[in-house]
Amino acid sequence: MTGLPADPIEMIVALPALAAAVLAVMPGYRWPARLNVLASLATFVAALSLLLTGLPAPGPYLLVDELNIVFIVLNTFVGFTAATFSASYIGHELATGRLTPAYLRFYHAMYQMMMFGMNLALLSNNIGLMWVAVELATLSTVLMVGIYRSHEALEAAWKYFILGSVGIALALFGTILVYLAAQPVLGEGEAAMIWTNLLAKAGSFDASLLNLAFVFLLLGYGTKVGLAPLHAWLPDAHAEGPTPISAVLSGLLLNVALYAVLRFKMLMSANAGAIDPGPLMIVMGLVSLIFAALMLYRRRDIKRLFAYSSIEHMGIIVFAFGIGGPLANFAGLLHMVMHSLTKSAIFFAVGHVAQIKGTQDIAAIRGLTQSHPVLGWGLAAGVLAIAGMPPFGVFMSEFLLISSTFARHPVLALLLVAGLLLAFGALSLRLTGFLFGEPVGSGEPAEASYLPIFAHLGLVLMAGVYLPGPMVAWFQAVARLLG
Amino acid sequence: MDRIAFDIAHLLAGGLLLVSFMMIYQDRMFALLRVFALHAVVLSLSVAWQAYQQGAAHLYVTAAIALIFKGIVIPTALRRIVQTLGIHREVETVVGVGLTMLAGIGLSALSIVLMLRVTGMADVFTREDLAFALSVVLLGLLMMVTRRNAVSQVVGFMSLENGLILAAAGAKGMPLVVEISVAFSVLIAFIVIGVFLFRIRERFDSVDVSALDEFRGDRQ
Repeated sequence: MTGLPADPIEMIVALPALAAAVLAVMPGYRWPARLNVLASLATFVAALSLLLTGLPAPGPYLLVDELNIVFIVLNTFVGFTAATFSASYIGHELATGRLTPAYLRFYHAMYQMMMFGMNLALLSNNIGLMWVAVELATLSTVLMVGIYRSHEALEAAWKYFILGSVGIALALFGTILVYLAAQPVLGEGEAAMIWTNLLAKAGSFDASLLNLAFVFLLLGYGTKVGLAPLHAWLPDAHAEGPTPISAVLSGLLLNVALYAVLRFKMLMSANAGAIDPGPLMIVMGLVSLIFAALMLYRRRDIKRLFAYSSIEHMGIIVFAFGIGGPLANFAGLLHMVMHSLTKSAIFFAVGHVAQIKGTQDIAAIRGLTQSHPVLGWGLAAGVLAIAGMPPFGVFMSEFLLISSTFARHPVLALLLVAGLLLAFGALSLRLTGFLFGEPVGSGEPAEASYLPIFAHLGLVLMAGVYLPGPMVAWFQAVARLLG
Repeated sequence: MDRIAFDIAHLLAGGLLLVSFMMIYQDRMFALLRVFALHAVVLSLSVAWQAYQQGAAHLYVTAAIALIFKGIVIPTALRRIVQTLGIHREVETVVGVGLTMLAGIGLSALSIVLMLRVTGMADVFTREDLAFALSVVLLGLLMMVTRRNAVSQVVGFMSLENGLILAAAGAKGMPLVVEISVAFSVLIAFIVIGVFLFRIRERFDSVDVSALDEFRGDRQ
């Protein structure tokens, strides 16, 4: 390592854990909110320093490689911007009495706890540790979803809890099966759970055991990703929790779960005898995409609308990795990053809108671009971006995916395009009146923090116009790695 | 392979599956909780036997957690909750017991056939344990799907989790088993506290989860 005071990898994990402990005992709300932002910023800086120091050798527990480094940076970045947004959002919630100071202390501690879980899951080099970390991240988000303690919030948290627990259980069974497949080759004990060992020797594992393991892992972690038959928790959890949490759920937690699936998919492709996970993922992805696109038409609640849109985009990403090959994998990775940035920006904007208007009902809000131009146009840009319009980055990744699918499976490409068009139609139908026309509802000026929204959208726009060379090279390297 | 040792492991794992079936046809809440306590005790014995056979001292910790936490503390706590919150004493099912039993038998057959086929490489101990463990997991899932009350769903989840612990204990030399069983205990404690603290009874008028579906934001 260079002359840094501490190992950045350890910092990324230790900082949120430390901050969680401090925030749990800190009274008041201004300073905790600031500390929350500061700790997230410090974690982000530690993650950035990883880019400069280069990839360290993998340890027995933690690992930084080409695949996870961008997710770490993305995770800590969105964690930081969401904390900034949360600081202004929470002040309003406190003023309106929806949250009390005691709950806020809990909220901030849980926020850092969740960041700790996600960072650990991304960095872990041990499949058991990864499982524990994902469980931790899920638990802390469950608690935050239920924080308003209203009838709806409790229902959402309970549903998330039960479905999430089942997902966790299935993923653990898959993890045990992977260990069993590895144990004859790598020997008993710790060695057979270390990811880098697993990947190196995956070729000689028992293929049928690995197949079974992957089915469990896909179903288990897939529940967390929100794939179609297992998605029931997702819209409720997004709609009823505080909006910073909706942003982090959509932007980060879904990615973390998907990252876990990708890790195991790499094991599958390293084993010649194992089934191709592609078709399974293609079907789950397409079903999620088309189902969510159709569900978008009947949404009345703005946060629920964008939650379904997250299911749709997760479907697109899983489909892309299912198709496989350098180009589709590239598109999938790019889409993961773009969706994460765009969707969290949208939730930031929606959070402020819902606070100003005092409702999440789409029909009760009209003409937002007139009553609140900055917020309205920011949201409009976000919606355009998420719908896949040029010149935003989401358009790039979707275009890449469609063209690579057309070249190999034209019929699947048609289904994909149909799903995308359906979703686009739904978004424009539901949101035209919301954004344009005569303003309805409260016109009080917004006390919003615009910076996170526009920083995200700016990055998405930049990616759509011009992707820097090193970035492209990185994406290509990882796309090859994924097979 | 010691013949007797194998037979005992087989007996205990099979016993766990049998108790899973017993849980399916319970229609009284307290009886269900008692059968669940039995489930935990059988699990604890099974894990302890594995610990003895594998010479793995840390598995005794897992066995102790199963016995004390899931065999005694949780059933007692749930019993208290059922009493204090005045939850219905009957277990409400979605489909009839007969049909659920048939589905359960089908699932067990499926998992035994599947596991015995794919685990050809592993040793006999592990194979049998895994086959039974998967059956227990699937029966737990079945129970969660076919029950309406939140408390009996929680019991279904816990029996599912017992199956997972059995699988983890059976996988020879698997690290982190103790940590995982602790993590699960924390999870379960959270769920139970959640039922109590959030007063699902009070908030939703019954712990019948189908009542939760009443309110769905934008459903009409």
